[in-house]
Amino acid sequence: MENTLTAGNNIVGAVYVSSDAKRFKGISTVVLGILAVLALLPIILIVVASFTDETTLLRNGYAFIPEKWSTDAYVYMLQQGTTIFRAYGISVLVTIVGTLISVLITTMIAYPMSRKNFKYRNILAFFVFFTMLFNGGVVPSYMMWTQIFNIKNSIWALILPNYLCGAFNIFLVRNYYANSIPDALIESAQIDGASELTIFFKIIFPLAVPTVATISLFTALTYWNDWVNALYYIQKPQYYGIQNLLIRIMNNIQYLKSGAASVAVGTGAISLPSNAVRMSMAVIGILPIVVIYPFVQKYFVKGVVVGAVKG
Amino acid sequence: MSENKSNIKKVKTKYAKSGPLLLIAAPGILYLFINNYIPMFGIFLAFKNFSYKKGIWKSPWNGFQNFKFLFQTKDAIIMTRNTILYNLAFIVIGTIFAITIAIFLNALGDSLRTKFFQSALLLPNLMSWVIIAYMVYAFLNSDSGFVNNTIMKMLGKQDVAWYMERGYWPFILTIVYLWKNAGYMSIIYLAAIAGIDKSVYEAASLDGATKLQQIFRVTLPLLKPTVIIMTLMAVGRIFFSDFGLFYQVPMNSGALYATTQTIDTYVYRGLMELNDVGMSAAAGLFQSLLGFIIVVSANAFVRKVDNDNALF
Repeated sequence: MENTLTAGNNIVGAVYVSSDAKRFKGISTVVLGILAVLALLPIILIVVASFTDETTLLRNGYAFIPEKWSTDAYVYMLQQGTTIFRAYGISVLVTIVGTLISVLITTMIAYPMSRKNFKYRNILAFFVFFTMLFNGGVVPSYMMWTQIFNIKNSIWALILPNYLCGAFNIFLVRNYYANSIPDALIESAQIDGASELTIFFKIIFPLAVPTVATISLFTALTYWNDWVNALYYIQKPQYYGIQNLLIRIMNNIQYLKSGAASVAVGTGAISLPSNAVRMSMAVIGILPIVVIYPFVQKYFVKGVVVGAVKG
Repeated sequence: MSENKSNIKKVKTKYAKSGPLLLIAAPGILYLFINNYIPMFGIFLAFKNFSYKKGIWKSPWNGFQNFKFLFQTKDAIIMTRNTILYNLAFIVIGTIFAITIAIFLNALGDSLRTKFFQSALLLPNLMSWVIIAYMVYAFLNSDSGFVNNTIMKMLGKQDVAWYMERGYWPFILTIVYLWKNAGYMSIIYLAAIAGIDKSVYEAASLDGATKLQQIFRVTLPLLKPTVIIMTLMAVGRIFFSDFGLFYQVPMNSGALYATTQTIDTYVYRGLMELNDVGMSAAAGLFQSLLGFIIVVSANAFVRKVDNDNALF
């Protein structure tokens, strides 16, 4: 009923406006369609390349429509994949442990900052905020982690430096607490005799689930995609996650061969399809992201919007 | 008894007990102190002739020697120029792309198409630089790359050794940057457009304004504050570059340094590849200080333009 009314009101000039709006929608669809295809093309190329027959690759190079398809690269990876599985395991471990610790200490430090009656909230906010303004740079940080804390070539080198507790996430959570959790709730819990720790874990943290989802997502992505920490702090390949294994393979495809040489003795069936294997490794590296993407996109977009509003 | 209780309550409403709250904040405070604050004090390394043998404390001081040497090389000018110019290009072109995408997405409204387009455009942002380097390699590597094998053949042109020709890289890196970030940047503009009062458009269309006129007369002027804020925030980071884009995507190719070296890649190479810790620390401090000055100035500027949007 309401719709027909407004449509009736707009009837003046509606013929012109609606065709104009329609045309603009058409243009939008075409332009965005082209951009979306361009966005997906590189991903499609590496997926297709990973399923391309090695001799075809050698003759024609990477292409979107290969002459001959093949699953050799994946078969090879499954057969000789100890190095790959190990790296995958390390990436999964680092992502899970890093995200858990990060979410815990980020949501904890944000809580006192959101309490209007916390004496040191402004000092604490500045302490956090200043890290966004100034940093000591890579060299002092590298010296501290390697010379004082000695984390080189350990799993901690992949978890501790840089990503555990960032100002951006802290403010994201702080703002959520401040805007979405009523003071009265905390006050009534206090009157009931609950300690601050109880209030935090029993009331605040459960209520913060939406924002916890967002920062978990950001943090997990950071850890999964990180290769910089290992570049600085890891020299022993057994600590490489999937990203650093990929770097290593790009530099030297032989590495995969030598790592699996002992397993391959005698079989000899499949020679190393190096061009296809490279790309199949990359596909394996983005697989978890592509799989969870449809479910998490909502939180991702929300986090970006909220985070951009104000630190 | 009841008097006593109300007394306590009064104190509580003024300030909560600090101890328990500080305890909750403690792990985070400790982490930030270690990860962020200790390195701030570590900037003194830029004034030392560091050697691993002697360590952090026993390496001798050498005043401003590191800076002197750094600025005598042409590296300093090249890396600073590259960092700033790339950032400027990214800010201008990135903003144009982001706003364009946002306007088109908004025009399609809340439909399945919109969701698909936005998903596709955002997906590249979730890829690591290592993976992106693989994709670029699939296109550009000289033996088996798609461009040499297919596009150049179609155009009837000679193969190009892309990873050896530095002239192409400002364009390649800008395209890669846009591919990864344009969709992401458009999120913020899309939110800003969604926040514009619909009645403004209704009034405009009643007055006979075409869609194009509405964009240039309504949408863009109303987006101005968002553009200013986003731009100033980006300007605040103008001395910092995305290490992955400049290190991983060009495959660390030495032939390309003239157009791919930024302050961040220089610091990495000085520290990890050349073992020139002093010089690397000097470049890092140069970056941190300039970065600090410009971010504070950018914020002062935002505050002048629009106090609500100032960061601090």
